[in-house]
Amino acid sequence: MTRGKLDLDPVTVRKARSLARQAGRPIVNITKKHTTVSVERATLRLGGLQGADADGIPWVNRLLDAVRGDVGIEHGIASPVWDALVRGEADDLSALAQKASAGSVRFRLPEGRDLIRAKSAAKKQVGAGVRQVDARRRERERLVKKLGDPDHKPWIYLIVATGDIYEDIPQAQQAAREGADVIAVIRSTGQSLLDYVPEGATREGFAGTYATQENFRLMRAALDESGKELGRYIRLTNYASGLCMPEIAVLAGLERLDMMLNDSMYGILFRDINPIRTFVDQRFSRQVHARAGIIINTGEDNYLTTADAVEAAHTVTVSQLLNEYFAKEADLEDWQIGLGHAFEINPDLPDSFRMELAHAMLARDLFPNAPLKWMPPTRHMTGDVFRGYLLDGFFNLVGALTGQSILLVGMMTEAVVTPWISDRDLALQNVRYVMNAVGDLHEDFRPSPDGFIAQRARQVLAESIELLEKINAHEGNAGLLASIADGTFGLMKRPADAGRGLDGVAKKAAGYFNPVTDQLEAQS
Amino acid sequence: MSTVVSTDTPGTILRPYGDTTGDGMVQVSFTLPMPHSKVAEGAAAQLANKMGIDPALVVHAKPMGPGFTFFVVYGRVNHLVDTSTVEVVERDYPLLTPKEVNLAVRKALRRRLVVVGGCIGTDAHTVGIDAILNIKGFAGEKGLEYYREIRVVNLGAQVSVPQLVARAREEKADAVLVSQVVSQRDAHILNTKEMSAAFRESYPSDKRPLMIVGGPRFDETMSVELGVDRVFARGATPGDVASYLVEEIVRKRTKQRAEA
Repeated sequence: MTRGKLDLDPVTVRKARSLARQAGRPIVNITKKHTTVSVERATLRLGGLQGADADGIPWVNRLLDAVRGDVGIEHGIASPVWDALVRGEADDLSALAQKASAGSVRFRLPEGRDLIRAKSAAKKQVGAGVRQVDARRRERERLVKKLGDPDHKPWIYLIVATGDIYEDIPQAQQAAREGADVIAVIRSTGQSLLDYVPEGATREGFAGTYATQENFRLMRAALDESGKELGRYIRLTNYASGLCMPEIAVLAGLERLDMMLNDSMYGILFRDINPIRTFVDQRFSRQVHARAGIIINTGEDNYLTTADAVEAAHTVTVSQLLNEYFAKEADLEDWQIGLGHAFEINPDLPDSFRMELAHAMLARDLFPNAPLKWMPPTRHMTGDVFRGYLLDGFFNLVGALTGQSILLVGMMTEAVVTPWISDRDLALQNVRYVMNAVGDLHEDFRPSPDGFIAQRARQVLAESIELLEKINAHEGNAGLLASIADGTFGLMKRPADAGRGLDGVAKKAAGYFNPVTDQLEAQS
Repeated sequence: MSTVVSTDTPGTILRPYGDTTGDGMVQVSFTLPMPHSKVAEGAAAQLANKMGIDPALVVHAKPMGPGFTFFVVYGRVNHLVDTSTVEVVERDYPLLTPKEVNLAVRKALRRRLVVVGGCIGTDAHTVGIDAILNIKGFAGEKGLEYYREIRVVNLGAQVSVPQLVARAREEKADAVLVSQVVSQRDAHILNTKEMSAAFRESYPSDKRPLMIVGGPRFDETMSVELGVDRVFARGATPGDVASYLVEEIVRKRTKQRAEA
């Protein structure tokens, strides 16, 4: 490993990683022993089941509920479902789902030969879904090769959020024309707490647009068109978070999304989703992302929007280390792990810019091969758009100086309005000016070894190690769960036996079968 | 709370100030949905004229994509403002320090004042409620958790209205604080109305906790329409809220006691 600009002590860095592994491993062991309704529904989606009934409830939910009512989910629903198909209860999954929700199919746990037949049918059909994900990945690689990646770093990441997919499309295309390399469609507020994925093209959302397979498909097609027009591949981002993250990960793989927001603890801490549910869903979704060649974006910016960015700087580092551990355990490669961090220090503090530099540089040096995602100020954007524009300029400067990989473009109208066309244009001018003016300044810029920046970075790393040690010092074998429960992580107390989505978690029975995890884990 | 017409200051006629008293200079920026051309610049000047800016100086015009142009315009407005006819909600209670708040609560209630707060509906933005409630506070002021005589129950994000009512009853809340950031399709207004209706329904009117709502998109004059006791808009600090609580709950309690 190169030692980076801060010349961090490799022993300390190794220690931090090993502490994160120590905190994460017991969690992985727990997740391996559980399944969730969303993991099982994701399996049905890879089996090709789509669509919804007249009330808008997806068939995967209908079928899962029927199976669950008869035999539970602890054995995995693949064997009872494909057993019913093999028995000739219906011609295909969608007919089976319809019959099941009408109550005219009884499910059973097949045994002996029936079980072997059911498993082999499930493997075959779900395998076709995985192959489709593989094909979309190859298609991306082909398009990137043909159209090319952006000729600059960081990649410019812009958000659209109208609530209406048909408004989002022209806005996203215009943003790409103005220079965006990555388009993120913000989800409707509250989608993370829905225990189903809405269906079809949607035209109304709150502060964002629903993540649906059809919306994914429409936006993908539009950005492919823009890519052709502009001669560079435009990446598409959405959110694999909340109660349906495994299913949304599958949909992202099927519709060739390129990046997904996917944090290991965000749902627990900020959405009060049950910790076990989150960790199980997260591991499955990351395995799918790994296979699909999707870059995940983690959500460390959230720690800084709820806590002080100086005092809580080390919680970002700890979260990055944990996210990295969980990501690698799920077979994501370094280039797929877009760890997050943000420019949120109070600008009135003395040396605020130096501290921002120190924190950003620490992330860069700790994770030299990760596509770091650098997020703009939001907390200290006051409505004074002129001051905000300057702050965004300094944010861009840190991004350029510390070799960030993905830059979420800051808007001077943050906290005022959803971005106007002119806000976006001005924001991109800001980014371009800074990138162009700074050039490769990072080559010349090296903080002095005992100066403020290096010391601050070492201090944050030391505090991170302290926090990880505190987490691991908890009684029992899962210190991380205990720390989440007692509020060690941030101010939120989230016990493992509470929170949303808990009733969708089941302990796996002996002989649990899931054709997706079998296949995804076999490759590693 | 009342809408106050300021009559205590003498009426003053003002013009905007650029660099000379009375010059009336303003600066505006906007986008017109047309390609950049001489005509577009003329159109920008025309719009500025109609806004009362005359002469209007189009100092900057920049094409944005094929169909839009962005303008910055400087010029002199011919409008006057009369500060004697401005209607605002003035703070109709004294601003107290945390020490004074604690003292007033202790004296009047002889127990701690209970505040239950949260973000209702699907709104997950706890920034507002946390700024007011968390000890960390906002704008250099500590949050309500810092006040010894105030007991804070922060329910966090995405609390349903029935949950909020139930918790307020359980905690015997003196005041309920709700923050709403997301305002798309008027979600903040609908949610607030739903909340105030629920509280009115489940409490006798003299026992009902004080209902306070806040968020960046609220207008302070909306309290009657929303059915709440007080609306706090952008920039409200924990000190504002604490002082208001003292004014409403403590003073009124003291008065009731004196009358009884």
